[in-house]
Amino acid sequence: MLRRMRPGAIVLALLAAAFLILPHLYGNQSLLFTLMTFIVLAQGLNLLYGFTGYLPFGYVGFFGCGAYATSLLVLHTGLPVLACVAGGGLAAVLMATILGPLLRLSGAYFSIANLAASQILYYVVANPNLSSITGGPYGLKIDQVYAPEASYLSMLAVLLLTCAIAAYFRVSRFGMALRAMTQDAVSAAMAGIDVVRQRLIVWLISAAIGGLAGGIYAWYLSVFYPDAVFTLQISVFAIVFALFGGVGTVIGPIVGCAVLYTLYAAIGISTPQYFQLLYGSLIVLLVLFLPNGVLSLLTRWGRRVF
Amino acid sequence: MDLLEYAVIGGILYGIFFSLIAIGLNLVFGVMRIINLAHGQFILLGGFGAYILSSALGLNPLYGIPLAVFGAVVIGWPLYYAVVPQLQRSRDPEMLSFILFFGIAQIIESLSVFAFGADQRSLPDEALGAGSFGLLGQEFPDSWWVAVLVSAIAIFGLYLYFAHTKLGYATRAIMSNRDEARATGISVDRLSAIAFVIGLALAGIAGVFVPYLIGSISPDLGNGLTTTSFAIVIIGSLGNPLGTIVGGLVFGLGTMLMQTYYASWSNLVPYALLLIIVLIRPSGLLGKAVRLA
Repeated sequence: MLRRMRPGAIVLALLAAAFLILPHLYGNQSLLFTLMTFIVLAQGLNLLYGFTGYLPFGYVGFFGCGAYATSLLVLHTGLPVLACVAGGGLAAVLMATILGPLLRLSGAYFSIANLAASQILYYVVANPNLSSITGGPYGLKIDQVYAPEASYLSMLAVLLLTCAIAAYFRVSRFGMALRAMTQDAVSAAMAGIDVVRQRLIVWLISAAIGGLAGGIYAWYLSVFYPDAVFTLQISVFAIVFALFGGVGTVIGPIVGCAVLYTLYAAIGISTPQYFQLLYGSLIVLLVLFLPNGVLSLLTRWGRRVF
Repeated sequence: MDLLEYAVIGGILYGIFFSLIAIGLNLVFGVMRIINLAHGQFILLGGFGAYILSSALGLNPLYGIPLAVFGAVVIGWPLYYAVVPQLQRSRDPEMLSFILFFGIAQIIESLSVFAFGADQRSLPDEALGAGSFGLLGQEFPDSWWVAVLVSAIAIFGLYLYFAHTKLGYATRAIMSNRDEARATGISVDRLSAIAFVIGLALAGIAGVFVPYLIGSISPDLGNGLTTTSFAIVIIGSLGNPLGTIVGGLVFGLGTMLMQTYYASWSNLVPYALLLIIVLIRPSGLLGKAVRLA
């Protein structure tokens, strides 16, 4: 067991070291924070897509749900901020439970229905009629708890947690069962795997991660509009980053985020169309030639990718 | 009562137009089992074609219709052979096509921002008749009637293709069983390519009228149009192109009624309809077999 845990432990240690040291070498903390957010989201999405084959196109719905739930808890209860963030994760789990029946759908139906669900959530939250509760299109402000250092460290904690779960999926019986289900759900059920229950568990875990990330993101920003936490771009980036590195692995989404988000920070923020053209072309090329991501090149050369 | 009449008649007109918006997506799925997630962007390309014709050359936007057909052949034919056969050999064509066409959507969207800027564009109102035409005492602008007429003709044309031509018969054979169609000597690839081009052409033709029915056209409308089309197609039933008309009418009536009575919630309609239908009847209102996970 110890030997099987070693690669995961190495990845976690490297990540922790990198994100603790980098702020001292590089002044733009918010860029690093956003990078961590995207790694969490890409990894959370990878848990679901990479290990069960369900691509949640509306993953951003959980992110936004967590952001709003956390902020509303901060505004209306006296709870400490970390409890509010946990509440954000819980709200996302609740949302995922309500949307649980979506898992009966397969493939693209699931993706589109999930996208529709996230859009519904967005339109409800941003509706001017609900301004008194959600702030409508004007967003929310929780600057009384603004704490960049603490929220940075919390995001790092969630990042490590998420990667630890991915590593667990990669080496455990549970993860093996998931992969069996993805390849052939009927045979897996015959072999005694409770397909529906396991899929639901992964779905809830994935949602909780999205919600926690959203809560901490809202805490870090402390002022945000509904667009900022519900834009479809967040789902899109998480999907592209995860696919680029390679889904179904632990380091794939991390590598994908590190490479593509750096690229985005370099050219995408000032001229988003160039970046859009680039990642559009990347997706097409990846699907046609490397459907398992760039890390699958290593697999092809005979190295095992963790 | 007047308000209700307006909403119902408007909803039917709007619905017929949106059947045309969605039908190409359904055709492509029905024949190739491929999800064209760039559908909305192809619709917009048709609209931008009409915009160029009208603003740069001073032509009537209706010339955008032949241009859309021409564009569909020029873009669709090579695109089909570049990606579709390879996708169909892959492990999971439905999901991979979904992702691949999402990439194509991003490419088209960024290129149209380069070409036209991110601004909203509209077409001259008077080009399709400046007046309005009444039905049962409810007036709608001429451009709506033209759009509805063209939609009806295009959908009827598709029906004739399926029901009365040899190619259409063969295409239906492919839709019901691809492998057996191939075994009986139908040239599946060529017919699929034709269906793909027809799907894009129908999208482009619909795009010509988007500036009139939605108000303006801009590159960022694409994803919204794709999801709306998806909702309509799923309400009708995926893989049955003529079922799209039912979906279009349900969507049109729903949207118009909401816009009349609860305007601020009306943009929820396509998404809510999609979610409800998918959960209670995954096969759509007219669907036969129920798909299970």
